[in-house]
Amino acid sequence: MTIEIEAAPSVQLSRVADSETHGENSPYFAGWKAYDENPYNEVSNPSGVIQMGLAENQVSFDLLEEYLEKHSEASTWGKGAPGFRENALFQDYHGLITFRKAMASFMEEIRGGRAKFDPERVVLTAGATAANELLTFIIADPGDALLVPTPYYPGFDRDLRWRTGVKIVPIVCDSSNNFQITTQALEAAYELAKSMNIRVRGVLITNPSNPLGATISRSVLEDILDFTTKKNIHLVSDEIYSGSVFSPSEFVSVAEVLEAREYKGSERVHIVYSLSKDLGLPGFRVGTIYSYNDKVVTTARRMSSFTLISSQTQHLLACMLSDKKFAKKYVEINRARLRERYERIITGLRSAGIECLKGNAGLFCWMNLSPLLEKPTREGELDLWRTMLHELKLNISPGSSCHCSEPGWFRVCFANMSEHTLEVALDRIHKYMDQRRT
Amino acid sequence: MRLVVPLQGIVQGRGGLIIGSLIPCALIYFLRLHLKRHRGSLAPARVSSRAESIARPDKSPYYVGLDRVSRDPFDEVDNPVGIIQLGLAENRLCLDLIEEWLCENLNGAMIGHGGDKDHLGIGGIVEYQPLDGLMELKGAMASFMTQVLGRGISFDPSRIVLTAGATPAVEILCFCLADPGNAFIVPAPYYPGFDRDMTWRTGVELIPAHCRSADNFIPSISALDQAFNQARKRGKRVRGILISNPSNPMGKLLPRETIHNLLHFAQEKNIHIISDEIFAGSIHGNEEFVSLAEILDAGEFDKNRVHIVYGLSKDLSLAGFRVGVIYSYNDDVLAAAKKLTRFSSVSAPTQRLLISLLSDTSFIERYLETNRKRIREMYDLFVGGIKELGVKYVESSGGLYCWVDMSGLIRSYSEKGELELWDKLLNVAKVNATPGSACHSIEPGWFRCCFSTLSKDNIPTVIARIRKVAEMR
Repeated sequence: MTIEIEAAPSVQLSRVADSETHGENSPYFAGWKAYDENPYNEVSNPSGVIQMGLAENQVSFDLLEEYLEKHSEASTWGKGAPGFRENALFQDYHGLITFRKAMASFMEEIRGGRAKFDPERVVLTAGATAANELLTFIIADPGDALLVPTPYYPGFDRDLRWRTGVKIVPIVCDSSNNFQITTQALEAAYELAKSMNIRVRGVLITNPSNPLGATISRSVLEDILDFTTKKNIHLVSDEIYSGSVFSPSEFVSVAEVLEAREYKGSERVHIVYSLSKDLGLPGFRVGTIYSYNDKVVTTARRMSSFTLISSQTQHLLACMLSDKKFAKKYVEINRARLRERYERIITGLRSAGIECLKGNAGLFCWMNLSPLLEKPTREGELDLWRTMLHELKLNISPGSSCHCSEPGWFRVCFANMSEHTLEVALDRIHKYMDQRRT
Repeated sequence: MRLVVPLQGIVQGRGGLIIGSLIPCALIYFLRLHLKRHRGSLAPARVSSRAESIARPDKSPYYVGLDRVSRDPFDEVDNPVGIIQLGLAENRLCLDLIEEWLCENLNGAMIGHGGDKDHLGIGGIVEYQPLDGLMELKGAMASFMTQVLGRGISFDPSRIVLTAGATPAVEILCFCLADPGNAFIVPAPYYPGFDRDMTWRTGVELIPAHCRSADNFIPSISALDQAFNQARKRGKRVRGILISNPSNPMGKLLPRETIHNLLHFAQEKNIHIISDEIFAGSIHGNEEFVSLAEILDAGEFDKNRVHIVYGLSKDLSLAGFRVGVIYSYNDDVLAAAKKLTRFSSVSAPTQRLLISLLSDTSFIERYLETNRKRIREMYDLFVGGIKELGVKYVESSGGLYCWVDMSGLIRSYSEKGELELWDKLLNVAKVNATPGSACHSIEPGWFRCCFSTLSKDNIPTVIARIRKVAEMR
């Protein structure tokens, strides 16, 4: 006789909790898992997987360390720690004024003084991830859309959509013009959204671009600004890699374009920045929203209660970044080192017969492996990606995870490793390409 | 819209009434529509409707009071006529102990060793790390929680998710447990911040379960039932209960029996239960604090519906450092919450510092003991002063505040009367206390008075100022 045991109904979770929008089942993250299971180490595991899928900047730590050693007052609360109490209790979402001033001044330094930033418009968040999500909550309602040019950073699928309920409609770019954004593509995306009855609230660009590793030209920025003005929608410019442009004159921030227009229509524009890439401090969780719109500043400040930067960290960085001499020196040297790395990898790849998109910024290059594809399809690209991961033991990011319209492109990071490791990676690529030719 | 009726049409009875009114109305309608559209493209792009409501100034006395104090804060030396802050549950009583510890152990440095004395450099803390917190810190936090929430309880570090403060911890749980349009039952009076933290972005609604002075402000099952049925009638699906233990603003510790009842209730309705235990290290009375974790350890209840929120803002006074904890017994909630911490992570230097601090368990032991003693001292002093005024209060064993019954001082026994008193206290007595209505209290006249931001000398001043208003009646 069977006894029926009634199972207690298990308690349910929300749609957000059950959803796959976090995207952690995509190849972008699968590569990370492979790396975690068999990480390359110069000494202990020289045949392990080399992580080339993580856009982290490790080339300038020594500069930070040197600074902290020489300026112990930056990393303490002083003798007897007199500043500690106030700092420990400080949870005002306006943030430390000294830190906001330091951020504004650092952002000016990066732009060579070509744009001014008002500390009163700096809103602090725990990282750019939070800044992008916050802005999305503020400028769009659930069901609305943001237009984002492809290829784009895979994390946007999660950061802009997961909790916000907002959609992404791609602005399709292709290699025919080096993946530059065109007004045609903007219009097409807008019309596509309209045809699906989706209301477009804004355009989100990344400048310099991730994954392209290239800055957006002034004329394209003007076009984008004109487009957003015409449609009366917001423009978010994620300038997280602005300090990683190899040659300072090649970066034009939307802030500069606005200044030239005497800030007309600027209330639609918001800039996102962070210290994770330029200063190589992702663990510190320091991001900012710089908005020209008062209501957005007020709302973002209040909403930042969910994502405040530790006052300890604000204090530390305020000291460091207000040191203008240090900030200037750091930005210069960091740029030069990144440029060197970039040139090394481009040369190395070229001699193996691989070409990349002409880049001028960032911690990665956009590699064209389309000639190597068996089939010019997404499947063909993923097959090649698997070969790279399992045979060459290189974790690089396939263009399809970045929603690239053409198969065969890959993002390859070069700043998160030592020079020696980069050589090892290039060597593996050479051997593979030689093998293919025979 | 004005009806434009050509007189000629009416007079001549040729249906002019209809055409005469319809056409002009239509014209006016389309003109307004055109103007609206045109005006829309002149004014810059709007913000979302979510943002619109957040942008409006917050009229809650809780926030208005805090704002007023920030503009005119009392300072014994620099501003002796300023507003004395009794509206902020901040603990300033033991920061000297942490200061001392910093000087002795880190030479006042802000970056700890993280347990690895060789790793003083920045190299170890800059890279990307698990966004839900370093394993080392989770381990140290688990031990700290045992010290604070109950000696017999062992917390599993892998069930800890670290967040940038308890504020995002509560919000993340709401996102994981409820869909927009759903509801949470919250025993009232409750912390005013929940109205923002739990609803602003989640789309969730809070339904108060009213606790009464007759019940000593302990939540009753009948109140919960009432709230649940109320929700059901309105077609709102209840996803969970949020309790605070010690409670805020009353400072009551939930008796074992009550916690059992709450867990039974949650099980019966098949909903979640979140226990915010952020003041657990601030137990100053003789009552026993029983954490939800302790009851669960006994094994009687289904753990999958239970989640505990904790943080270092109150017990360690580190509100600025942004350190919160979600402790969940549900693996799926943990998995989702961990991924959501990317939006609210604890800063690396802070993690390092805390690993060093929390691992010094003997210091922590001394700290917690001293903290309790000092809170008790302030509580006794404050309550003594309140007694002198002839005002009643609720005896509490936990928290940094006193729940005071000033109904005897208000003119009309109503929310209006209460707010009039609040206004007098703020503008005449220059004392900021939080009125019960801001905490959703249904009995008018109650005020939350935080005493942990004061020094002993301030208390007579506070009492004298309140007396001034009391005698004004």
